[in-house]
Parts: sequence; C-alpha cells; structure tokens
Amino acid sequence: MTSTPDHLDPALRVQALASLLTERGLIDEATVENFIKTYEQSVGPMNGAKVVARAWTDPGYRARLLADGTAAIAELGFKGPQGEHMVVLENTPTVHHVVVCTLCSCYPWPVLGLPPSWYKDPAYRSRVVREPRQVLREFGLDLDDSVEIRVHDSSSEVRYMVLPERPAGTGHYSEAELADLVTRDAMVGVAKVPVP
Amino acid sequence: MDGIHDLGGMQGFGHVQPLTAAPPFAEPWEGKAFVIGALAARIAGTNLHAFRHAIERVPPPEYLAGYWNRWTIGAQTMMEDSGILTDEEVRARAARLSGRDVPEPPPPTPHKPQMASGGAGNLRSLDTPPAFAVGDRVRVADLDPSGHTRLPRYVRRRAGTVTALRPGQVFPDTAAHFAGENPQHCYTVDFDSRELWGPGAEPFRLFIDLFEPYLEPGP
Repeated sequence: MTSTPDHLDPALRVQALASLLTERGLIDEATVENFIKTYEQSVGPMNGAKVVARAWTDPGYRARLLADGTAAIAELGFKGPQGEHMVVLENTPTVHHVVVCTLCSCYPWPVLGLPPSWYKDPAYRSRVVREPRQVLREFGLDLDDSVEIRVHDSSSEVRYMVLPERPAGTGHYSEAELADLVTRDAMVGVAKVPVP
Repeated sequence: MDGIHDLGGMQGFGHVQPLTAAPPFAEPWEGKAFVIGALAARIAGTNLHAFRHAIERVPPPEYLAGYWNRWTIGAQTMMEDSGILTDEEVRARAARLSGRDVPEPPPPTPHKPQMASGGAGNLRSLDTPPAFAVGDRVRVADLDPSGHTRLPRYVRRRAGTVTALRPGQVFPDTAAHFAGENPQHCYTVDFDSRELWGPGAEPFRLFIDLFEPYLEPGP
C-alpha cells in the first residue's frame, strides 16, 4: 500500500537508517545479526510450550505458575524484555481467556517470542475487545455459549500468557511430547491445543 | 492522544488474518527493522514509552501500511527528536542507495533528553498506599490528554471492578515526555461487556490494566 505522497518503501528506509547508524558507530552488523538470530531461533513459542507442558505434568509447578507467573517461568530459564511481570491465565471447560494489546502490540516475548502478524493487525486489536466470540469463530474456535469469555487488554507492563487445556487422550505423553503439541495460538487464547 | 493506534472497539477493519505459523520475519529487512526499533531508545537516549508514543504519532495512512513500516518510522521519529539524524538525511541516503546521485545534508547536533532513571525496567515499588483495593468499584476518569497515555478511549467514563493490584510501574504518561518516572499503582479492572458496548453486546468480561491516575471511585 503506497499511502502518502512521500511514502518511502520501508525496506529502503531500513536500509538507509542502517547505513547512517552504522556510519555513526551507533549499530554494528554483528549486534544486528545476533539480535535477529536470538528472536529467530531461541526466543519463541517453544519456550512457552515448555512452561505449559511442565504445568500439565507437575501440579506443584502449575500452582506456582498460576500464583507467580514471573518466578515460575524463570524457573525454566525464561525472562527478559517484555516479560518483567508475567501473569498466567488458566483456560478451563467453563472459562476461556484471550489476550490482546489494543494500543500497540504488547506480547510476552520471553515465552512467546515476537507477535505474529494477525496479533498486530488492526482487525484483531479493534474487534476482540468488542466481539470476541465472533473473532474466535473466525479463527476457527467455536465456543459453547455457556463458556465465559475473558478478554485481557495488555495496557501496562504486565504480560499475559494463557495456560491452555490439556487435550484429551494425552495421558501417556511425556513432557517433551506434550510441549510439541502446544501452539502459540493456544497460549494467546485464540485456539485450543488440538487433540492429537 | 486520540490516535489511530487506539484501536479498541473501532469498526471497519474486516476479517481477522488467518492464524499461521509464519516465522517472525517474513523478509530479511524486517529483522533489521526490528533491531533498529529495539535499539532506538538506547540510541536516542529515550525510553520504551517514548518509542510507543513515536509510533502513535505516525500519520494514520503510514500507521496502517504495515507493522514494520510504522515501527521503523516511529524509531526514526524518536531519533530525529534527539538530533541523531534527520528525515532529509534518511531520504537522501535512500536515494543514493537507489542509485541516484543526490547531495547528502549535514547531520544534526544530538540533543538527547535528560531524565533520571530509577533503575532498569519499568517496575517500581511505591511508598504510598494504593487508593483502591480488590473488589472496589471504580470509574475511569474522563481524561483526554494530547500526549502519550495507556488509557484507551473505549474504557473512558466506564465503571468496573478492581480484580488485582499489579506491581507499581513507571507512569507512561509522564515518562514518554521525559517529565519523570512518576511511578504509579496499577490495577486490573474488570468490565462487563454491556457497560462498554451497550445492552446488545456479546456477553463477556474485559480485563484491562489501568494506572491509578486514570481511576476514580465508582458506583
């Protein structure tokens, strides 16, 4: 979308900014590459999935996670920017939590990485605080009318993560096998973890 | 400010995007954009709140032209504000990178803002007791500041119930303008959807974190 007469292609703007900042010694190639690699490879929803799988298999951990999300998540080594104070919301057969940031795109980086496109999109941000049941249906999650929906707008530095329901038929799964089932979307609350 | 960023409850944006397992950066320039934005506050001598406010000030057509577009323009705006570079420089460099031989303007003189920091991050402990307790009814004040705020339009003047006291935090409304950390108590407030959207609303509960200056005792 070329939106305004003086619109500069964002890829070109980035290239120009990087060039000027590098020239002034304010950024360097190695730092940039390292940063990108971190968020491409080590900080992402696979971290949150480990938290969820641990909570599903260890009742003591689950209790600690719901009581003090920040500390319990740090037990597994996950902390850092955009995770200063973590609150974990437990989905149940009767209560369904879903998370948004209407003002920008706040998201719990240490456990989920960077937000996906749909989370940052105006359609999600505008609508999920007004018609969440309809939005969830569009995503493919048709909740029964008896399920209470709780929408959480991340407007402060508190970051929210959903502890989804453990799918049926996974009683014999190991913690690692369970972690493989957990999806980013389920930890934001726009999907359930699929029954394998 | 009542900007395009304050999207909660706006209508007309159509269907949500499909859920995909796409990687964080669809193209290499997006990764570079991310890093420039992530480092911009440090480079400009500012803070996270100023960065959010810079993105809020991106003109609506540019804001809606994609996430990494607004992110990058916000980062650039903040660096312009601190005299790190100018828009003319960026455009001249972009033209030269595109093979056009244009003159490059001189760099500006840096003038980073001065604001004392109370420490890393944004959580702060407060000496003053919180004004509200869990279970209290509150009403959101009819505030309409032209600067940065974390009070979205859609909860203004609405009444809800405090469900949690969160850690004290740097107050975004002043920190974004380098007018002090001014830490505040922060509460999660629970609103009935019908209080927000009228009697015909979908039934649900909306929880949002609100700083103490945004709240008054409620009905």
